[in-house]
Amino acid sequence: MRTAWLGAGLALFGLLAVLAAAPAPAVQPDEMLADTALEARARAIGKNLRCLVCQNQSIDDSDAGLARDLRILVRQRLTAGDSDAQVIDFVVARYGDFVLLNPPLKPVTYALWVGPAVIFGLAALSVVIYFRRPRKRPAPASAAALSAEERERLRRLLGAERPR
Amino acid sequence: MRVALVLPAALFGVLALAFAAFMILGRDPRLLPSTMIDQPVPAFTLPALRTGEPGLASADLNAGAGVKLVNFFASWCVPCRVEQPVLMRFAREGGAPIFGINYKDKPEDAIKWLKELGDPFARVAADRDGRAAIDWGVYGIPETFVIDPAGRIRYRHAGPITQDVLERNLMPVIKEAAK
Repeated sequence: MRTAWLGAGLALFGLLAVLAAAPAPAVQPDEMLADTALEARARAIGKNLRCLVCQNQSIDDSDAGLARDLRILVRQRLTAGDSDAQVIDFVVARYGDFVLLNPPLKPVTYALWVGPAVIFGLAALSVVIYFRRPRKRPAPASAAALSAEERERLRRLLGAERPR
Repeated sequence: MRVALVLPAALFGVLALAFAAFMILGRDPRLLPSTMIDQPVPAFTLPALRTGEPGLASADLNAGAGVKLVNFFASWCVPCRVEQPVLMRFAREGGAPIFGINYKDKPEDAIKWLKELGDPFARVAADRDGRAAIDWGVYGIPETFVIDPAGRIRYRHAGPITQDVLERNLMPVIKEAAK
């Protein structure tokens, strides 16, 4: 009993440790803006810009040199008075839509956005069809279908269990 | 009934084949298409790597007839070592002038590196903070751009220029851009 509690406690601790270890942003103190409102905007933008070196991290999560350069660039543009959209357009003009972690809805990305819903719909439809289709049931076996010999054997088999 | 049994397996097979074909024949999905193709050279002004030499600005790439190459390199970049002999041969054979942009490097390291491996560049500019490279959409060096006589970017190659890349990818574009 004691060991079970210990085990559960350890498991809980492990789970909490994993949950608490959220990736720390790679944004360095020397890059941050003194203006907290501007810095918050920079973080919101940075979270949605892909690091082009590591490709599955945002520039805020990446320690790559180019990610740092882009973080500084975003802050420079914001300080210069650009709107969030202008900053994002500035980066997209240089690196394309690929730099956006949240791709825009355009003809080339329709498949990306609609694809999962279409596949889910097809799957749901096939499940419905599968379960609503009338199935041929095997004809119920009647006792009369058994021959005398079979009935005798059945009686013996069932009877053998009775003494218990 | 038979169809329902075979269909999922058949769909899986078709998808698997499509993915396999894309992986074998398609391009590397990690390679980024350049947004700069057919765009004019971005506005930039950079100082020379070696003091006393002329720097490099967008105007230098717009002016003058002929196709030009722009190559981003650094002494700390290992694949740059691979392409340097190829660029040397290309420059010796007078393919086209190559403008070197030394990316985020210590000037003394870059100068030593060029002495050791050879200097194929018509000019070498220094982009110490990598800001000009961002304007070119550079995401990893080496990267090489083909500029046509009108000063438009016609082609970008990310990664080292091997002899094979030069002959198969770059030369046709250089010939086409020269027209």
